[in-house]
Amino acid sequence: MFDSYLPLIVVLVPLIASGLIVICSRLPNLREGWTILASLLMFGMTFSMLPDVISGNYPAVTLFELSPGAALALKVDPLGIIFAISASFLWIITSFYSIGYVRSLGLHHQTRYFTSFAVCLGATMGLAFSANLLTFLIFYELLTIAAYPLVIHEETPEAMGAGRKYLAYLLTGGLLLTAAVAATYIWTGDLSFAPGGFLDATLGQGKLIVIATLFVVGLGFKAALMPLHGWLPTAMVAPTPVSGLLHAVAVVKAGVFGFFRIIGFVFGPTLFHDIGAGTILGIVCGVTIILASLLAFRQDKIKRRLAYSTIAHLACMVLGAVLLAPEGWLGGSLEIVFHAMSKITLFLCAGAIMASTGIDRISDMNGLGHRMPVTMGAFTIGVLSLSGLPPLAGFVSKWFLGAGMVLDGEPVLLAIFLISHLLSVGYFAPMVYRSFFLPSPHPGKFSEASLLMVVPLSLTAILSALLGLAPDLIFNFYTLATEMIAGVF
Amino acid sequence: MEQIPVLIPLCLILAALVSFLLGTWRRALAYPVASLGAGLSFAIALWGLITVLNNGPQHYYLGGWVAPIGIEYVLDHLSAFMIILVTGIGLLCIIYSLRPVQTELGERSVFTYPLMLLLLAGLSGIVLTGDLFNLYVFLEIASISAYALIGSGDGRAPVAALRYLIMGTLGASCYLIGVGFIYSVTGSLNMSDVASLLPGLYQSRLIIGAVALMVIGLGLKMAIFPLHLWLPDAYTYAPSAISALIAPLMTKVAAYILIRLLISVFSPHYLGDVLSVTPILGILGAIGIIAGSIMAIAQRNLKRMLAYSSVAQISYIALGIGLGNPIGLVGAMLHIMNHAVMKGSLFQIAGALQLQGLVEVNDLAGMGRKLPYTMGAFTVAALSMVGIPPACGFFSKWYLAAGCIEAGNWVFLSALIIGSLLTAVYFFRVLEKVYTSPDAPQVTSRYSRPCLSMLIPILIMAIAIIGLGLANSFIVEYLLEPAASTAIWSGR
Amino acid sequence: MAKLLSHWPYLLILVLMALGLYGVLSKHNLMKKVIGLNIFQSSIILFFISISAKWGATVPVIDPELDATDPSLYANPLPHVLMLTAIVVMVATLGVALSIIVLIYRRYHSLDEREILERMRQE
Repeated sequence: MFDSYLPLIVVLVPLIASGLIVICSRLPNLREGWTILASLLMFGMTFSMLPDVISGNYPAVTLFELSPGAALALKVDPLGIIFAISASFLWIITSFYSIGYVRSLGLHHQTRYFTSFAVCLGATMGLAFSANLLTFLIFYELLTIAAYPLVIHEETPEAMGAGRKYLAYLLTGGLLLTAAVAATYIWTGDLSFAPGGFLDATLGQGKLIVIATLFVVGLGFKAALMPLHGWLPTAMVAPTPVSGLLHAVAVVKAGVFGFFRIIGFVFGPTLFHDIGAGTILGIVCGVTIILASLLAFRQDKIKRRLAYSTIAHLACMVLGAVLLAPEGWLGGSLEIVFHAMSKITLFLCAGAIMASTGIDRISDMNGLGHRMPVTMGAFTIGVLSLSGLPPLAGFVSKWFLGAGMVLDGEPVLLAIFLISHLLSVGYFAPMVYRSFFLPSPHPGKFSEASLLMVVPLSLTAILSALLGLAPDLIFNFYTLATEMIAGVF
Repeated sequence: MEQIPVLIPLCLILAALVSFLLGTWRRALAYPVASLGAGLSFAIALWGLITVLNNGPQHYYLGGWVAPIGIEYVLDHLSAFMIILVTGIGLLCIIYSLRPVQTELGERSVFTYPLMLLLLAGLSGIVLTGDLFNLYVFLEIASISAYALIGSGDGRAPVAALRYLIMGTLGASCYLIGVGFIYSVTGSLNMSDVASLLPGLYQSRLIIGAVALMVIGLGLKMAIFPLHLWLPDAYTYAPSAISALIAPLMTKVAAYILIRLLISVFSPHYLGDVLSVTPILGILGAIGIIAGSIMAIAQRNLKRMLAYSSVAQISYIALGIGLGNPIGLVGAMLHIMNHAVMKGSLFQIAGALQLQGLVEVNDLAGMGRKLPYTMGAFTVAALSMVGIPPACGFFSKWYLAAGCIEAGNWVFLSALIIGSLLTAVYFFRVLEKVYTSPDAPQVTSRYSRPCLSMLIPILIMAIAIIGLGLANSFIVEYLLEPAASTAIWSGR
Repeated sequence: MAKLLSHWPYLLILVLMALGLYGVLSKHNLMKKVIGLNIFQSSIILFFISISAKWGATVPVIDPELDATDPSLYANPLPHVLMLTAIVVMVATLGVALSIIVLIYRRYHSLDEREILERMRQE
């Protein structure tokens, strides 16, 4: 561990950029320039910390006390940088995509859109690098609020309703999380994350269960575990890049990331199991996976079906964190990244379809593969990766997740996990089938979206494929994940 | 250096006198003199704070009569904290008041500034005095100025002021009877002297009566649910500059008195374990949080909504007192400051909007574009009220929640959580309106940006909301924890 | 009972207090409310004065014929002094109350609470 202001700068870059975006609201090109510049800077700086982190030398900065005994502190550890790299990399992709999207649809309030986006990313980075629970909580709440303007962006009554639902769910979650952190603070006086956990059994079964319950329910809202998932499908009224980056990568993943932090760095996997929280959370995840997959079948809106698929996959990741076998953790943490890569491909495709043809329902997708071959090709790769087809990225993480379940001796969970993949093939297949094998109502009309949208989505599709062949490619996700596990277990 | 405690109220009273005399000669002079006086007192208060941090509590004996015979002025950690708050917000409100007083009060402004200064003098006297009867006198100086200031408004203001006057005077009288009871048993009026005499008299019926009367009296002044009935009208109909001054300070200083009595005269052990007064306060607080927030949701008028929100926020302070542990009390004290800053900011903004003719929540549709700075400050204050970190509102809830957990009181914790959610309901309802385009194209009237003398205090308050949130650890460690630790928490 | 009777000044004060409170709470005329408030406050003054009284003592003004060093010969001066201040406070309150009432009367041409509320509603 060494002192470095780099993590702080990474957090501040998007926040400063948001200010510049507001100032330059009348000059759209300069304004978008700030977004691009900030995203590149942020990714570059995060990436530059990678060698240090891999060598076990974590950059850290402690600023000042927020509450006696708990400082505003950032520390870049393997788990944090996995999340930070995937979010900052995807921000670059979505930035370019967003420019194409908002301009081709002529969205209103573009300044508000880009500002909120930048603040969200700043909060996500802070969340990833938090060194203690209080810092984590602050960025967690900031993220909730910063994403709100994006959810209501359309300003239709439907969007406003979705916004209210979003706030009602996530603020409740945030308050419960606050209570959980306060309880930890009062009962232990310590809030700093430590690999393997800093709580121990001497605290007493009762208090541990209270803390665990508050944490699980509080984070469950953001990670959209059933029955706390209601906000996610309705929040899909937001513009597609928002649904893509925030509702598949940053916001919900913040909840999943929180589960990894709490189980691995506050409780420790063994203690979490010993108090019985692991079993209950495992059951909740199992139920969520099955129900969400079944509900996905009933959705005709493309984005809503993707949302339910997200809910199911999020539960898979949380399941990985609950497992006692390190392989489960490996699979779960890799799934955070690989699912992000594949799911954002699907969302970007959905947005491209929406922007160029206006189609947002699956029943209208007939023949789309001939009109938009690149987009639908990317879509197919994303679908296959999410369904766990080797050798795509999704297969790698799911392989380890399955291995973890086998090693843990959880046949029921394994069965659920495997069934969920069949189901995901089931609800994704019609979309691919319709677009490639059914005749289009407008044959011969070629309508690919603008390059600003097609290039980003192709890039993520290609990455989803390549990361399966070489999980360590460029970003060293596999190395980072194994290093994190070495610390936790 | 030891004169600091008495210098602050003295400076304000003198400034009131000078601004009245010069104001009757040339009306325009009242404002600069008032700002100067408030600024000077704020400077002395800062000096006092530094002195307390370096050298510990300062005592001043009026006329050289040493306590318990004479009247004592004490500047300790808690009063240094409060005096900065009172003079700081007072200064900002007086700077802010130039335009609203001109437009709303016109010729009456000759009396407005002296009264505002007198109000501040009364409040700072309350904060600094170490004498129970002297406290009553300052309380009434502050209250009478407040009645007069509220009564000077148009429309329904006088009726609201008279109601406040009757309730407030009853409250102060109850407090005075309590003081009489204490005096008749202990023969002393000095707070620390009374505190040293009390432990032998815990079972005295007169002392128990005194506690009951004082708590009820201060509850009326502080507008604890269900004694809050005077508050909504008074805050709603008062002139904008006046509600911006009274809303953050009056009830909070009454809450300060309660805390002062709790830690310096009686003790948390006596009021909590022996008499169970503080647990009752906590329960009333928990009910008040919910009831006040629900009433706020039902309001359409912005100032009235803020007034009911004040009832709810005062209840947070009562809840913190009721928890009966140091960290809960720290939360209550911190919330006095945080709420004063947040509500001061919100009422200043509401006043600025009122000058533009925007009174109802529905009038605010689309204002985020037309008045970006004002509404930006409103957003910061509103998010802080909801409890979004790193704004200061989050941290008072953080300490209160920690206090609830320390006490193992899950009911209070639930009230805290539900209250925060209800706060989110009524503030996001406003923010939704402010930042989305209005459904119907509005009558295009020109909205001018508030003038600088209003905008600068508003922005300073907004920055303070964030700054105090980040600096809360310093305040808690150096001012509030020493204050809370002087009290006797358990009977031994 | 005997004890109560021996403390008759306090009984009187209680009666006055109740009277004042009754006036404040149940009269509809604003003027009468303020009069009630004043009676309530006066009872407090009497209370303070009564706790300073002693059997066989005189007013707390030094009498050249009495021993100036014997406190038992004088009533306690402190409550008297306190009440001088309190009277000033109460007079100020009364002054403000009356001027507010004048304002209300000018605006609504009535002092009856119910009528004023009625007129407010019609505004």
